[in-house]
Amino acid sequence: MMGPYNEDEFLPLSGIQHFAYCARQWGLIHLEAQWVDNLWTAAGTAMHERVDNPHAIESRNPFKTMRSVSLSSCSLGLYGVADVLEVHNGKEHGKYNLVEYKRGKPKEDDCDMVQLCAQAICLEEMLALSIADGHLYYGETKRRHVVKFSSDLRERVHTLATAMHHYYRMGRTPAPMRSAKCQNCSLSAICLPKLGANQHKIDAYLAAAVLDATKN
Amino acid sequence: MRKMLNVLYVTNPDAYLSRDGENVVVRVDQDEAFRVPVHYLEGIVTFGYVGASPALLGLCCEKGVTVSFLTEHGRHHATVQGSPRGNVLLRREQYRWADSETRSAELAGMFVMGKIVNCRAVSRRFLSDHKDVTESEDVQAAHALFARNVLKLHKGIGLDEVRGIEGDTARRYFGILNHLIVAQKDDFQMKGRSRRPPRDNVNCLLSFLYSLLMHEARSALESVGLDPYVGFLHRDRPGRASLALDLMEEFRPYLADRLALSMINRKQVCANDFVTTDAGGVFLKEGARKIVIDAWQKRKKEEVQHPILGEKIPVGLLPYAQALLLARHVRGDIGKYPPFFWK
Repeated sequence: MMGPYNEDEFLPLSGIQHFAYCARQWGLIHLEAQWVDNLWTAAGTAMHERVDNPHAIESRNPFKTMRSVSLSSCSLGLYGVADVLEVHNGKEHGKYNLVEYKRGKPKEDDCDMVQLCAQAICLEEMLALSIADGHLYYGETKRRHVVKFSSDLRERVHTLATAMHHYYRMGRTPAPMRSAKCQNCSLSAICLPKLGANQHKIDAYLAAAVLDATKN
Repeated sequence: MRKMLNVLYVTNPDAYLSRDGENVVVRVDQDEAFRVPVHYLEGIVTFGYVGASPALLGLCCEKGVTVSFLTEHGRHHATVQGSPRGNVLLRREQYRWADSETRSAELAGMFVMGKIVNCRAVSRRFLSDHKDVTESEDVQAAHALFARNVLKLHKGIGLDEVRGIEGDTARRYFGILNHLIVAQKDDFQMKGRSRRPPRDNVNCLLSFLYSLLMHEARSALESVGLDPYVGFLHRDRPGRASLALDLMEEFRPYLADRLALSMINRKQVCANDFVTTDAGGVFLKEGARKIVIDAWQKRKKEEVQHPILGEKIPVGLLPYAQALLLARHVRGDIGKYPPFFWK
């Protein structure tokens, strides 16, 4: 299926989870190329170093397992890499199963699901088939969790992708959105979420310096 | 705020920097003199003709460690840096602002205001400490002039006028620095500001400290994604890091001048630490460079409450914090750039 985007306009697929989590975080990473590791992100990287090996194709019945599989979608305008793609060789011959590896445990928000679903939409487009579900593997629970690609989830993926392209075209980092999430965000020191709301504080600070000069 | 990491200063001209795994290794005559894991560092500054292996430079680029090569007197040769942080869109906005007379004047005004307010803090300190000294009349007059200049800036004036005020303040400020030297007065007298080369001990010390500050300002701007070469107060000049010079203005009195004064007044440096060349240039001896760098490193570790970010940060992170605020201003998050005022 052809879509509204050409390859030049593709954005990194991994960004959709950042965008779903916090649009500003996505802007800082993908528009401003700012990245700061903290404990959590470093643990995630360490975990992926083990998962991501494109040359390790395993065949273990009934699955053929591929790692670091490149994907893209013209309808979403996204490209990226899936951690693991399994192809069923047995009874369900030709059934595709995407697995995305995540540190930690299943989250309350849908960031991880959105990312997996975006991967599925890419794969569907590339192979002209339909995929009903996929798996999120969490390092803490050491278990796979099934994610159904419902029409609501697909709709959400398309909405997020459209918004990402909108911001990207404008070249504008979304404004800070202060929330409890900021505490765990590795980028809060760069984002300065409180700053925007503190404009009056800046004005008062500058005015005080001038006032001080009048007193000599 | 991010954590302050160390800057490795290499003053021995016979040193060679190489890589061993994830470590930076300093060798002198083939022998290992020093070794540090690269992730402890945020920068390396070398003085004199220090060599470095491509492997080491590659490691530093990969880890975001800025490597600067200066002459033994602190003049800049080259800086090696990895792929630029930040994005072309931020830099483009910066260029548009630099092209705009209004925007440039506004920002230049802020940098200069930061400088003058902090010059005033220097003169104020002197006045409150030395009420009985005859020179205080001179300082008092300069202090009043600084105040008038702050008020002039506040009115929102053109770029040329901002530059005029900056020059006027600098002349008066350097004019009173001699009064602020209360020890070793015979050996430390400033005869106006001279830079190429510095012509007296005070100028020499100031120039050297400014070159340390310059490295910090340049890498701070790089790390937030701004182009250190395109400034607002300082005009474009090929090879000159104008924005780094802009950003430095507010820090000169607070970070460099005050340190120079206290080193002289506390006799941490003496006339013996300087050499005068036949052509009249004055330079720091190698051993003295170490003393100054040690004092600088110590100063960087002191903590200060940042008035806008509302948290305590090491003094050494101030250039980074201000560069970040500048980037946020250019990005449109805040309507004004707040310089760092020393209270």
